[in-house]
Amino acid sequence: MGKLYDELCKDYRFKEGMKTCINCGTCTAICPAAEFYRYDPRKILDTVQRKDDEDILALLKSETIWYCGECMSCLTRCPRKNGAGLVIMALRNLSIKLGYFTESEKGRQIYPLTKALTGNVLNLGYCVHPSTYRYEDHPESGPVFEWVLEHKEDVYKRLGANYAGEGPGILRAIPQKDLDELKAIFDETGGTERIESVEKFSEKKAEEMGMSLDEYKAYTFTHCSRGHFNNEQETL
Amino acid sequence: MIYQGKQKIWSDYQKDIPDDHWFYVRSCIRQSFFPGSEKFFMKIVRDDLGKDIYETEHHTTCGGIAYHCDTIPQETAMTIVARQFALMTEAGYENLVASCITSFGNYCETIETWREFPELEARVREHLWKACRREFKVPKYVAHASDLVYKFRNEIAARAKFRLVDHETGEPLRIVEHIGCHYSKMFPHKGVGGAEYPCVLSGMAEAWGGEVIDYPERRHCCGFGFRQYLVRANRGYSLSNTHKKFESMEPYHPDCIITNCPGCPFFLDRWQYVISEMEGKTYGQDGHGIPVLTYEELAALVLGYDPWDMGLQIHQVGLEPLLDKMGVPYDPSKKYLGLNEKEIMKPGLPTVLKCC
Ligand code: SF4
Ligand code: SF4
Repeated sequence: MGKLYDELCKDYRFKEGMKTCINCGTCTAICPAAEFYRYDPRKILDTVQRKDDEDILALLKSETIWYCGECMSCLTRCPRKNGAGLVIMALRNLSIKLGYFTESEKGRQIYPLTKALTGNVLNLGYCVHPSTYRYEDHPESGPVFEWVLEHKEDVYKRLGANYAGEGPGILRAIPQKDLDELKAIFDETGGTERIESVEKFSEKKAEEMGMSLDEYKAYTFTHCSRGHFNNEQETL
Repeated sequence: MIYQGKQKIWSDYQKDIPDDHWFYVRSCIRQSFFPGSEKFFMKIVRDDLGKDIYETEHHTTCGGIAYHCDTIPQETAMTIVARQFALMTEAGYENLVASCITSFGNYCETIETWREFPELEARVREHLWKACRREFKVPKYVAHASDLVYKFRNEIAARAKFRLVDHETGEPLRIVEHIGCHYSKMFPHKGVGGAEYPCVLSGMAEAWGGEVIDYPERRHCCGFGFRQYLVRANRGYSLSNTHKKFESMEPYHPDCIITNCPGCPFFLDRWQYVISEMEGKTYGQDGHGIPVLTYEELAALVLGYDPWDMGLQIHQVGLEPLLDKMGVPYDPSKKYLGLNEKEIMKPGLPTVLKCC
């Protein structure tokens, strides 16, 4: 048993999700990620249960652990009550903690995700909010949402929201005192440390790739090499 | 009543949902994309049904999307959840109702993990005390907002002004329902009907006169996938999964799709627009899409509220074909008015998809 395996064992998602895998492949059969990506949760669980640190290290640096959508469809169907999605969460957690996430294209996306989501949570008290949802980043939201975003105040208030207002209600401004509590929770529970270490590892990788951190953020958010999907010839 | 066969199995999966006194926690996604749904949920439950449902301005995101995008540690997510529980406890409530499936899953995961690993609950209690000086009781009951609408579906049916029936032919409308993965795939016993017979939405649709379509990919994920949608480079995953569902439901000619999670209706609506732009293909009648609704919107329509008050105009797929079938009146000239009927510009039109 290796050190990385020991680290995984400390994660409650791993304790919940990794019992004994009988390699039946049910998780892969039901998995929406496996259908399109070069992804096989059965193989990942089998690799992890071999407890070989070299193989686990390869996983932590791999593209494959980032393909899962955390839908948890696998959890319902596994005959041994494993949760491939939960094991993936533990693997991703360790990959981020140890900085291996910057070794893969999909792993590097943790930087723009962290910036956007923890930024929204700490600054606004929301994970997603119209004030930071940019149409340029979301052309799929359609002309109707471009219109909504251009007329935020009017449209949200017309629909009964207390947009950026005081007191309770839809899209209210969350009081600063409550945002301060969220920040204190992040400081206390390792959330802030996580943000700082993602930033540190990403800075290093950006430098290696010859980019400024802003360029790196834009690039990792938009760039998709060929070779991730089942129907592509290329390999990564 | 004596239940037999499938009905008997269904009865085993029923949840005993408390009748009253709820602490409400909002959804970031529902507020951003379907704000009218939260407004009408409160209106229906509080004003029409006379229930006690409480909200405080001090609650925040549950952190669920940040958590499932792997950007915050598990203990951070759990302590945010614990803070919501503390606000509930301080307000004197024991039943928590969440407006979001991701939140519902997050609350259930937190409580179930604590049940199995009490030392983790103790640690989170300590975190919350140190960070916020707050204490909490674990909710006696956690519901998703649709559980309440499901529970009161027959009361809503008794007040219905419109039914899910073609008002010209009298035929029931064909309804596709999508319950969202985190409602019952993680903790099947927490959802009405479990993972095998989820009936939270089909129960509503049937109570209001519709006929539920069973199609091959009924339980397939909508394709959100958290990072798989939020990162632009990954959105092919999200689109491909939703496309798979449309192709599977198309032969059954659904009149509408109803959804449980606040994210799913966004994807089921917007990817129809994207597929129409990419491939010229539409899934509804005569170049329209298949209308997609939240369950709150559906309940509000059945109760006779104005479609533009609930925000049906901020869907990309036009809802008019459904309104016409149900016989719901609407004023097209008021569709895109702003606050106090102020004239604001109208949205642009898609190239292919007919929107009204
Ligand atoms: S379904 Fe469960 S037992 Fe079967 S391969 Fe997947 S994890 Fe292993
Ligand atoms: S949680 Fe991940 S591994 Fe499991 S079915 Fe969903 S996408 Fe596949």
